[in-house]
Formats: sequence, structure tokens, C-alpha cells
Amino acid sequence: MEAKTSKYFSTEREPMKVGLFIPCYIDQFYPQVGMATVQLLENLNIDFEVPSTQTCCGQPMFNTGCTRETIGLIDKYVKEYQEYDAIICPSGSCTAMIRHHYLDIKKEAKDFEQVRKVAEKTYELCEFLHDVAKIKELNISFPHKVGIHQGCHGLRELKLGSPSEIMSKQVDKIANMLLLVKDVEIMPLSRTDECCGFGGLFSVMEPEISCRMGNDRINDHLNSHVEVMTSADMSCLMHMDGLIRRRKLPLRVKHIAEILAGMAE
Amino acid sequence: MSLQTHPQHAKTFLQDAPKAKWHDQALWFLREKRDTSAKNVPDWEALREQASRIKAHTICHLDMYLEEFEKNATKNGIFIHWANDAQEHNEIVLNILQKHSVKNVVKSKSMLTEECHLNIYLENHGVDVIDTDLGERIIQLNNEPPSHIVVPAIHLKKEEIGEIFEKHLHSEKGNADPKYLTETARTHLREKFLNAQAGISGVNFAVAETGGIVVCTNEGNADLGISLPPLHIACMGIEKVIPKQKDLAVFLRLLARSATGQAITTYSSHFNAPRPNCEMHIILVDNGRSDLLAKKDFLNALKCIRCGACLNTCPVYRRSGGHSYEYTIPGPIGSTLAPHKDIEQHQSLPFACTLCGSCTSVCPVKIDIHDQLLKWREMFDLKGKTSFSKKLGVKLLALVLKTPFLYRCMNHSKKLIKLLPRFILYSKLNKWSLEREIPEMPKKSFQQLYKEHKKKKTNE
Repeated sequence: MEAKTSKYFSTEREPMKVGLFIPCYIDQFYPQVGMATVQLLENLNIDFEVPSTQTCCGQPMFNTGCTRETIGLIDKYVKEYQEYDAIICPSGSCTAMIRHHYLDIKKEAKDFEQVRKVAEKTYELCEFLHDVAKIKELNISFPHKVGIHQGCHGLRELKLGSPSEIMSKQVDKIANMLLLVKDVEIMPLSRTDECCGFGGLFSVMEPEISCRMGNDRINDHLNSHVEVMTSADMSCLMHMDGLIRRRKLPLRVKHIAEILAGMAE
Repeated sequence: MSLQTHPQHAKTFLQDAPKAKWHDQALWFLREKRDTSAKNVPDWEALREQASRIKAHTICHLDMYLEEFEKNATKNGIFIHWANDAQEHNEIVLNILQKHSVKNVVKSKSMLTEECHLNIYLENHGVDVIDTDLGERIIQLNNEPPSHIVVPAIHLKKEEIGEIFEKHLHSEKGNADPKYLTETARTHLREKFLNAQAGISGVNFAVAETGGIVVCTNEGNADLGISLPPLHIACMGIEKVIPKQKDLAVFLRLLARSATGQAITTYSSHFNAPRPNCEMHIILVDNGRSDLLAKKDFLNALKCIRCGACLNTCPVYRRSGGHSYEYTIPGPIGSTLAPHKDIEQHQSLPFACTLCGSCTSVCPVKIDIHDQLLKWREMFDLKGKTSFSKKLGVKLLALVLKTPFLYRCMNHSKKLIKLLPRFILYSKLNKWSLEREIPEMPKKSFQQLYKEHKKKKTNE
């Protein structure tokens, strides 16, 4: 397969081959989030490819403890994406799985170096736009009150922002990208980065706690008059959207890519 | 069945919604106080790093520092005892007490004696033990274990404490004024302090270089209990040793700030030798700790200084309460320690976690708590403890995800799911849909939409 080069980088540096990785649950349940990512990258003139065989990073098995069942998916990911210079994934927790846990799982394997190379060039979407593409402008308007739900893995494992526990501050890459959108009002939350309670398998193993946490998170947004809750993790939003729809609350969830691409209305 | 343990307790805890909310807020208040106080230390992250390194170094040279501690403490006139396990520890304590014909003991807060179930052991041998920390005394009167390692009665509201005091200390009916209740406990405890023949304390830090110990409290109860009777027995886990006196400058700055947001505990008392004509004993307890040293994925847990910050920050702990963990040390750190004791009984604890990682980020000695919980899940699976149905499900899922052809068939299965009537889709067996709607099933997957999109673009 021959990869195209990115128009975006061709003027400034060596041509970069970009691969897009759309996690399984986005592919199946939230295709519009994948398409928003496509639209966003096209708006920014970033060329990319999506391997048609890509499926899942392996996190569902790994978080269950079934590491042996994860290895096949790691190998699959590495094979599909090793030819790219950068891989973009619109999910903080899948990216954290690839960047950190692939290395833990493969640390004693023969192909560790190969895995490491692919893992290191995998970026969460906002992280890529912020750190690699260094986007400073978006011609998008979103005149709404928005609350940012920080996905835990993106926040604490990828350092997309400053975890409230850590005293040395870091830039908030999600907020910085959102601030490029015109007319958006980012609302403060009383608990800036409390977990929503999704936690993959946790959501069905401990459903009562999971839903209590999700509802607390939702109430924090409602108390702050948020109209749209956004996140770099659709899995957190899937859980909270389920609660919101059950309770018929006046709150919408939108993945950050949908807002940045102008596809959130 | 053991996988059901924590979820069941959590469900019960959440049934009293207002109290569960109050519990969450009370602990979050401590977490916020911790943040404010940590912010005021300009080099907080450097301090954590230093503490982590000192502890990592110490646990790697534990034998050396313990022997140095023993040597120096003995030189100071302190009797040192070594206990392999809880049983040995309890026997040593009883022996010392019996040698001095002690019938009444006051005890200050010690998670180690909780771990060894010392109170019940001594009571069974005719010794009256009174916990003198206010929270500990409350739960002792109520005959229940602590629900938190720093604030042991945090699961009780003041009205409930009023009822406990009314029953046991004959306080006024219906009076839940905190000042009144504290005064009642104080009067009751003062008499116990004066009549005690021995004082038992825990140990926060044992300094190898000096042979002395440090006990941190807010109520001064340890000082009274140790200073009034002629006999002092201090009980400590072997991981409490630190190399040098100056290391206290790191740990004392971190401990209280991480625990409650105080700059320092009200009392940080140093005990380096027995008082004249008095006896001082220190019991060094292993009880599984040296086994932990041999497990490279878990040994970092020995760095723990028992500040409770990971409990206060844990969104699951705050909403399920300490008793839901059914282990002396609840919360995230307890969840990684407990399975070492009994892997069957505590199997649900590493799963009582969303892997949010807040515990790891808040820990003053940088223990990789959430990674250890993940490691436990892998250990359970390797030991064949994953249930047959779960394993089958995971294997099937992995097969589908690994095989693009099968994966694409999921598009059709979604159509089938959409055809299911709501009463089946939303049956009680579906744990997702108890309080949540399931995601709307779109007709086309991203891959299908993207294919169409690309086709359209090439045609343009």
C-alpha cells in the first residue's frame, strides 16, 4: 500500500505520512465522530489514510486482565501502521493503551523495538493538532456553553492537560484546541477532572457506582449551565449520554472532533 | 462468587443516597484541602520524587536498615522484638503485658494492630484495651472495623455518633453537638488514661540512624497514653523504617498535607528511649511484607506511609465506603495489598476501580497503585481465575476484532439488535441498561461511510 504525503507538512519539513486509527466502538456506534475527524483533517489540509482492516487497540481485553488475548491485536496494529510517520487516534484512552501499555505488554518480546516505534508515533487527535501540526487557527464557530470532560487516560497517562493532583502545571491541549473555535464559552466545573465512572468493564461489573459517578459528573455540568459536554474520549461520553437520555436531561454530548470540524450542530 | 463482593456492598452503600453523597463530599473536602496545602509547597513534585526515592532505596536495603535500627534502639535501652506474623505479634504483646501483670491498656491509633486483630486477641486473654483516638474509640464502641486509615469513623454522621455515645457513655439523648460529644469522649477517656498500666502505640516512622520512633497524631492521645503508664509497646510493620533523621524533613512535610491538608500533624512526637524506671518495647512485624519484596510488580506498595490520600481521591471509595472493601486497609492501596493476603477472598478489589489513575497521581511516595491493580487482573487471569463465560466472551471478541471479515459482520448483528423489543434489550440481565440507554445503533459503520466519502471525492 502506498501512502500519500501530507500537504500540510510538505512546505515546512520532510513529507509526513499520516495514518488515522478509528477505534472499534467509534467505528460501530459513533461513525459521525470518525467522519468529523476526517472532515477536520481535510479542513486543515492534512492528508491521511485509513487502513481498511483496522479494528481495535485491544484495551477491552487488556483491562479485563486477558493480556494473552491482547497480543494478537497489538501485532495487528503494528503491522497496519508501521509504515506511517504519525498515527492519529480520536480517543485518549485507546492512544494511552497503545503508547503506554503496548510497551508494558511487549517489554520482554523480541519485537519490542518495532512496537515501541509505532507506539511512540501514535497521537491523540488534539495532541497531534497541538504538538505536531501546531494548529493556530480554525475557521469554525460554535456559540454554546461547553464543559470539557477530561478522560482519565488522556489526562493522566498522555498528559493532555494538568491533572488536579499534580502541582506542576501543564498546558491543556484540549482546551487550547477548543479555544480556537469562535464564540465558544468554556464553563468551569466544580471538580475539574473527576472520573465519569465508565471504566470499560467496570461499567457493567459495578453498574451502581458507575452510574452514580456518571450522574455526579453530569450534575456538575448542569450546575454550571453547560449545554454541550465534550471530551477527547467518546467512551466516557457514551456512558454519560446513556444516563442523560434515560433521565431526559437538557444536555448534549459531542466529541471534540465534532466541534473542531464544525459538525456538532 | 467472590467477584461479586465489592459490587454488592457498594450497591447497599449507595441505597442511602443522601448519606452516600455526604460521604463523597466529606472525603472530597479532604482532597481539596490537600490540594490547597500541596500548592503552598513550591517544590511539591520534587518532594514527592525525593520521598519516593528514599522509600525505594530503603525497601531495597530493608535488612540493613532494620538491623541498624535494632542496634541503635537497643543501645538506647529499648527492647526490640521480631514477629513473623500477626499471631506472633499478638503473643509478644500479651507476653509483655502478662509479665507486668497488666489488665488495662490504652492504645493510640495503629493500623498494624488492626491488621493483626490485636484488640480481640487481648480481650480474649482478659486484657481490657481502650482505643484512645476519638474515631477509633467510636468504632470500638460500635464494634466495627475502621472504614478509613486516617479518619476511621468517617462513615458515621454525628447523629449516629450521638446514639453510640448515648448507648455506651450515657450522653444526653438526641444531643449530636460535636463539641458536646467530644467533651463526653474526653471525660470518659481521661479516666482510662489515668488507670492504664500500659500504653500501646503505632509507629509512623522508625529512624535507623537514631533507633527512635515518631508517632504523628492530632489529638495528643498517643502522648498521654505513652507518657502516663510505665510501659510502652510500639508496634510497627517493618516497612516503616527510614534511614536518617533528616529524612523526616521530607516525610513529615508530605504526610499531614496528603492526609488532611494540614501543614503538619498537631503532635509529631519522637520517642528515642524509655523514661527513667519505665520500659519501652518495639515489635517489628513482617506479616507478609518480606514476601512482597520478592514480587517486583508489587513491591512498591511497601513505600506506603498510610496517609489515606488515595482513599480520599478515589471516586469509587468515596461512593462505596471503606467497609465495602472488607479489608483492614480499604481504598486503592488496600485493593492492591489485600489479594496478597487472600487471593480468593479479595478477588473483586482490583476490579473495584475505573483505572482513572488519580490514586497514583496523588500518592506522596509515588506508588503505581492503579497499574498494580491492572497487574492483579492479569495475575488472576494467568492463574485461571477468569470465569469460563468471561473468558469465552473475551476470546470470541478478540477473534472477531482480529479478523476483519468477522468484524465487518458486526454491522449486520447491529441490525439484529435493533430488531429486539425493548423488554429484552433492557432486561434486568443487561447491567448496562439498568440506568442507561444503550447507544443508538447507526445503520453504517465509519468504515462504510468513509469508503463512500472517498468514492465521492475521487468522482468530484
